[in-house]
Amino acid sequence: MLRIPCPHCGLRDEPEFIFGGPSGVVRPPDTADDATWTRYLYERENPAGLHWEKWSHAYGCGQWFNVARNTLTHAILASYPLGWPRPDLQGEVA
Amino acid sequence: MSAAGPHRLPAGGLIDRNRPIQFRFDGKAYGGFAGDTLASALLANGVRSVARSFKFHRPRGVFTCGIEEPNALLRIGSGSGAIPSARAPVVELTDGLSAFTQSGWPSSGFDVGRLLDLVPALWAAGFYNKTFKWPRWHTYEGLIRRMAGLGRTPEERDPDRYEAGNRHCDVLIVGGGVAGLTAALEAGTEGLRIILAEQDTVLGGWAAWAGAEVTDSISAGRVAVLCARLRRLPNVTILTRTTAVAYYDHHVVALVERGSQSSVAAVRENLWVVRAKRVVLATGALEQPLLFDNNDRPGIFLAASARQYLRRYGVAPGRTVIVATNNDSAYATVNDLRAAGVEVTCVADTRRSVPESIRTAMRAVNVAIVPGAIPVDTSGFAALRAVTLGQVSEEGRGISGAVDYACDALLVSGGWNPALHLYAQAGGKLGFDTASGALRPVNAVAGLEIVGAANATDDSVIGSRSSPVGRTHRQWVDLLHDVTVADLELALRENFTSVEHVKRYTTLGMSADQGKTSTVAAIDTLAKLRGVHPAELGYTTQRPPVTPIALGTIAGREIGERFAPSRRLPMHDWHGSHGALFQDFGEWRRPVAYVRQGESREQAAGREAGAARTAAGIFDASPLGKFEIHGPDALEFVDRFYINNLRTLQPGRVRYGIMLRESGILFDDGTVTLLAPDHVLVSTTSGNATRVGAWMEEWRQCEWPELRVAIMPTTEQWATISVTGPEARLIVSRLDNNIDLSPDAFPHLAMREGKVLGMSARVYRISFTGELTYEINVPAEAAIRLWEALVQAGESEGIQPIGLDALMQLRLEKGFLHVGTDTDGTTIPDDVGWGKVAAAKEASYIGKRSLTLPEHVRTDRLQLVGLTGTGVGAFIAGSHLRLPDSARATDGWITSVGRLLSSGQPIALAMLRAGREQVGKEVTVHDCGNTARAEVSPASFLDPAGKKMNA
Repeated sequence: MLRIPCPHCGLRDEPEFIFGGPSGVVRPPDTADDATWTRYLYERENPAGLHWEKWSHAYGCGQWFNVARNTLTHAILASYPLGWPRPDLQGEVA
Repeated sequence: MSAAGPHRLPAGGLIDRNRPIQFRFDGKAYGGFAGDTLASALLANGVRSVARSFKFHRPRGVFTCGIEEPNALLRIGSGSGAIPSARAPVVELTDGLSAFTQSGWPSSGFDVGRLLDLVPALWAAGFYNKTFKWPRWHTYEGLIRRMAGLGRTPEERDPDRYEAGNRHCDVLIVGGGVAGLTAALEAGTEGLRIILAEQDTVLGGWAAWAGAEVTDSISAGRVAVLCARLRRLPNVTILTRTTAVAYYDHHVVALVERGSQSSVAAVRENLWVVRAKRVVLATGALEQPLLFDNNDRPGIFLAASARQYLRRYGVAPGRTVIVATNNDSAYATVNDLRAAGVEVTCVADTRRSVPESIRTAMRAVNVAIVPGAIPVDTSGFAALRAVTLGQVSEEGRGISGAVDYACDALLVSGGWNPALHLYAQAGGKLGFDTASGALRPVNAVAGLEIVGAANATDDSVIGSRSSPVGRTHRQWVDLLHDVTVADLELALRENFTSVEHVKRYTTLGMSADQGKTSTVAAIDTLAKLRGVHPAELGYTTQRPPVTPIALGTIAGREIGERFAPSRRLPMHDWHGSHGALFQDFGEWRRPVAYVRQGESREQAAGREAGAARTAAGIFDASPLGKFEIHGPDALEFVDRFYINNLRTLQPGRVRYGIMLRESGILFDDGTVTLLAPDHVLVSTTSGNATRVGAWMEEWRQCEWPELRVAIMPTTEQWATISVTGPEARLIVSRLDNNIDLSPDAFPHLAMREGKVLGMSARVYRISFTGELTYEINVPAEAAIRLWEALVQAGESEGIQPIGLDALMQLRLEKGFLHVGTDTDGTTIPDDVGWGKVAAAKEASYIGKRSLTLPEHVRTDRLQLVGLTGTGVGAFIAGSHLRLPDSARATDGWITSVGRLLSSGQPIALAMLRAGREQVGKEVTVHDCGNTARAEVSPASFLDPAGKKMNA
């Protein structure tokens, strides 16, 4: 079980949250070609190490927010509200 | 029977000899003392064979004195409260306890399965995977499961109580031995919040019983001092009888605390979820066995376990004892045996040179050491009678000078392996250390510290742990799963070379003990067989739980009614007192039919549906999802979710809408109502209410934060009462209300706000039955007043409450889509006849782009059609359809079934390949080998023009 710091409520247990996949997935316009659109629909990175992702504190404040997690150790390196810039985590993850 | 038992020493141990305890084993009465475990009491009474082995049904006796026990797994108690596979060394002896051998058929004494031992090839690894496959595995499964297996789970409901709770601390210390107590005192005096978990009933680990002669720092006296100082610290919580069973991310550790009483009212086990800032593992080490022929007989013990029985429980392992070891530790047992007056014939030490200090100590107690010797075989059936010791030859491959020694106990020590299950679960890596023959920690895990024997840095070199000769199919590596060295050889011969593959092929280490006394010896043996260094082999993954825990402990109090929250309709009690048959739909308990005396459920549904078609029905539709969207961009926001154009919606008007996922697949359908330009009401299906709410919220926050909207879920605040049927208007108009119900003022697909019976009401004209329908929403807490008034007002017309069965019949006749029943994870709007609407909408919406992907514009997609039966008794949902002369295995399937209320003729909805082109043609219906013909029709069987619902 992860312990996730909600930027609004503080440190809470994983069952209070819903995982929302990677953050920063840009939705193409309807004019995008099939390849671009299906990449947006189905293709996701699966990095070993730093992963930028979004979570919702569904059973708390209900807010979506951003998380930086090390997929190798499950360490949560950062959590910050939607719309905030990504923090510089150079050197935090091997 | 004397409480002392024939193997009980006259004095010594931590037992209370003034408190005798009576218990039974396989029906026979025995005596023990307070402080005994089931295993120590059985041994004191001279009970040698306590179980039959897993595959070969060989007699097995107590082997260890702890959680690692692979043999003495017994059933405690009978009936619903029986505990299967309890490990006798950790079962506290209580008055009246009744234990049973759980293997052996027909009985443990006379076990026909013993014959299997005579043909061990039958049970070689993978044998049954290769053999019992004709005609199929299930032919043999029953017999094999009866012959093999570990006990039986009670089938009745567990009467015991279990609890769960949460705890927080700065430091969690696992293990209450000297190392754990020292760590707790250190952190505790700094003022940190400490939890110390010890699985035993007493603190101190082996220092609690090993006596003071070892060294001062780990004597029982030292333990008492540590405990006294710890108990004075208010910030230190000590939990005994508590096992840390699982280590999760971020130092979340699950503890299982066993209740100390066996009374029914008491809690049998507590599950504690501990969130710690850091964790200290003081989990000690587990002694490992030696491998030689027939190393599994009752009377063979791990040496330190025998020492614990001797010193802690005052039980002698035997009268004539032989000790075999590959390291120094077993000599402490020899000392204690001699001190207790037990005869020790000799010590076989697999090392060629034994330290001088030990040789001196052994001379003092008059015990001979045979250096370079190892047991090569044993004899005796239900109890050990003799051991053959042999001298390992110079090059280590042969044996010379084998000598038989009569004895009734053989104590073995194959070195010590740190108990690092939790470290491994926390992500720690282990490495094989050749000197100690053990898996030791390799890397640091942040926030995790290992102390004491679990982090042993002792660099003394152990001797060989296996006999170089013998019959490998008689050398047991894993006692619990009956895996022999021959099984490992076979696995390698068949090219299962990775330890993980060997584990799965042989089931080594896969049983209740998770290989606590077998993994290390297996790695050692495999390395030898393959001619590689053990470190190259790696090791098998160690998963939670560290020791088996009852399913009841995981469930805790969340059983029965508390298993899942249940939601009751506002009119729940009324439904219950009017014959409602309830079923669960998601969390909601909903009436499927109101069954009258002498009626079947199907008859009741038919009667209810008939009432709705000819007069009126009243339906509790309260679970329909209801959301209020507020804000200047409310309509723009909602429009982006539906394939239907909502921007032209006028205040007071309602529009049907279909919602897609981004993939273009149907997600939900419902209605959208414009209350005011900045206030939109969204209604979803009952089953999807929560999901749609979360879906809209995610898009609002993550994709469209610029839109000025707020979403308020109000599903539970409003009760929804649907009055449907030709008499609906008449019945509703009889209630005191201020809404103009005339068809011109209040047409189909309109909504009016007003007062009904003085209550604030939102009244919709929307229909899921095909009949004239008023869907009246009023505050949930007062809704029963409206419901009863409507039932009374409609009495003269014959209004009837209708359940979901009737509603589904009514909508099927009308051909209304039921998302999730008629659609699946491949259905796009065009498949269900909404393709033109979806294509015509100019504005973008979720899923729009996906509708033109190649897969979605194919002309042979499945499409929703109706079926009518010609010579069909009844349609069966899920039946497959084939078009005439089709070359395909299937051309679709039936999704919804029922009958025309007027004629009883079977009808169905189906997804059929290019279905709309097939209308008027015949298809073949296939169901489990039966075939029938059916005619394809449009997906509506009643009033296609909608005259009735528009009335």
